[in-house]
Amino acid sequence: MWQWIVRLYHRLGSPKWFYELTSKWIFWLALLSVVGCVVGLVLGLLYAPADYQQGNSFRIIYIHVPAALVAQSAFIMMAVAGAVFLIWKMKMAAWVARAIAPIGASFCLIALLTGAIWGKPTWGTWWVWDARLTSMLLLLFLYFGVMALQRAIESEEASHKGAAILALVGLVNIPIIKYSVEWWNTLHQPATLKLTEKPSMHPDMLLPLLIMILTTYVLFALLVILRTRNEILWHERKRSWVQALPEMLGGGR
Amino acid sequence: MSLVMATIKRDLLLAGRNPGEWLNPLMFFLMVVAMFPLAVDPDPEFLSRIAGGVIWVGALLATLLSLDALYKADVEDGTLEQWLASGESLYMLALAKALVHWLCSGLPLTLMAPVLGLMMALPDDAYIGMLLSLAVGTPILSLLGSVGAALTAGVRSGGLLLSLLILPMYVPVLIFAASAVYHAGLGMAYNGQIGFLGAMLALSVCLTPFASAAALKLNLSR
Amino acid sequence: MANRYTDNSVSLSASELYCERDDRVLFERLNLTVKNGDLLQLAGPNGAGKTTLLRLLVGLNRDFDGDLLWHGEPLTQVFADYASQRLYLGHLAALKRALTPLENLRWLVSPWMSTESASVITDDDLWQALEDVELGGYEETPCNQLSAGQQRRVGLSRLAIVPAPLWILDEPFTALDVAGVAWLEARIQQHVARNGAVIITSHHALQNIPSLKRLDLGELALGGGLL
Repeated sequence: MWQWIVRLYHRLGSPKWFYELTSKWIFWLALLSVVGCVVGLVLGLLYAPADYQQGNSFRIIYIHVPAALVAQSAFIMMAVAGAVFLIWKMKMAAWVARAIAPIGASFCLIALLTGAIWGKPTWGTWWVWDARLTSMLLLLFLYFGVMALQRAIESEEASHKGAAILALVGLVNIPIIKYSVEWWNTLHQPATLKLTEKPSMHPDMLLPLLIMILTTYVLFALLVILRTRNEILWHERKRSWVQALPEMLGGGR
Repeated sequence: MSLVMATIKRDLLLAGRNPGEWLNPLMFFLMVVAMFPLAVDPDPEFLSRIAGGVIWVGALLATLLSLDALYKADVEDGTLEQWLASGESLYMLALAKALVHWLCSGLPLTLMAPVLGLMMALPDDAYIGMLLSLAVGTPILSLLGSVGAALTAGVRSGGLLLSLLILPMYVPVLIFAASAVYHAGLGMAYNGQIGFLGAMLALSVCLTPFASAAALKLNLSR
Repeated sequence: MANRYTDNSVSLSASELYCERDDRVLFERLNLTVKNGDLLQLAGPNGAGKTTLLRLLVGLNRDFDGDLLWHGEPLTQVFADYASQRLYLGHLAALKRALTPLENLRWLVSPWMSTESASVITDDDLWQALEDVELGGYEETPCNQLSAGQQRRVGLSRLAIVPAPLWILDEPFTALDVAGVAWLEARIQQHVARNGAVIITSHHALQNIPSLKRLDLGELALGGGLL
């Protein structure tokens, strides 16, 4: 088992291996995310019953919740990839971390926008300083910081390391930020209507949500893989294996 | 260890020679807070409600302004190189730099805050709470901020970038500190908030110098 | 002018060093040893990797392959000892312009100020060192009022007081006038004669030092030659 992990780790460090392996995956991941999206949205939008309090407006949950979950997981994954790069100097990890940042930020933005759209019929206003939305906003700020730092540092190596350090500091901070925002929220706005009420969800509502969550994770994986492959092609463009790729004929020199 | 002590001494001496470096953020603090009554409403009852928050936002912005210069000169003039060549622990040096920064920024801000409290009609009961929250909270600002300062020391126009990186991390400090001042003004207990700030201070003393030390090494060329 | 340093206080050796920057090999299979009484000049055209090699030897840069040994032990493991035995004068002077030469020097030598080291550096030593580099009378003038050459001399004055047998100097002749160059040459000669060791990057031709060794990095990159 352990040896298998070590071997996997060494393979993951090889851009060529990763590129060739994922070539076969792209089609299936894309297919899975399209099918999952269609099934989940049809079930969620057409078949799930309306909410007794919020009516049909609650259906945006099928975008909002998966996006919010992925945005948070993406930050953790970015920080972990950064740590792998800092500790073991694995370049692939730095490329993955760089690939994740804008995708995670996009999901964060989607969660915020759908939250605002949801808020309008529920609260009668686009933005309320609700604990979860505020945490999401701060997470978006953290993403902005990481991306701004990546752009600002000229030396590529240093920009990878800097972003990794910042992401790790952010990762330690996220629970503290979340806790403090929740505490602050209960202090200032007791007992408002929460957007997502977890406990009593009808199974017909829950199933499409689960499908959408899984699908969004698959979509996220697909996007990260695609962006990582671009990073690989760019950094390895002078290597012979890249120049021999069929997709490089014509453009590549 | 002697390099750490010598660095603390030298940086304090420098602050004495260039008083603008620590006086300007203080004046900025004063001016920013003075903008709120002008922009919003000078009614004392209203001001006393927002006083704690405004003073804390002002302190936070003033800290960010002074942080930009924390490592910049050291990277440019070769001080950082000599540190690394000396084999002295970068952790201790980062801690020492944060300490000097606090002595030149957080401490004067704390001492000046009562004057701003008068301007903002801070309730009489809130002064102790405000001073306590600043005394415990501003070292966290210096420590967390020094990570950002180390990350952006080699970047052109790093000041704005530094704010982008660090402001979200300051949110917990802001929430608990401002709430401590507010609750103190209402005559309610605020030891919970101060306790939380204390916990964050302990955590940042332990952890942030590691991040600063790692970030500082990035500023060496080649 | 007797031997100031014991015979085997300096032993720095590099074997099979390999270093690349931005996908370009700067040097490979590089071997060198520096012992007491050695003067090693790193030469070569711009971009040949002189500064990079120097920074490896100082310990500022650990991004290389091969072995770098101090008395037979990896540099990183005995770094505290190594740091106390070697004085590094960088391209950057590490001066604070608002402070006086005396205050700057006090910070610069502070790693050797700790009480446990054998020879304690006193304030008189600092004044004497500044006198040596002809900064007498400027001890209490802020550095921003000194010329570029005078500022360099503040950094060089360390050579007179720091008790380190190994000096690593990066382009030390920059911005010095004729008298300054002569002073520095004499200092280096004296240090080598006293059984110290010097590693230097400079385009300046060093004379009258029999133990001078040159390591030409440009040729190395072409031919892979060894010292």
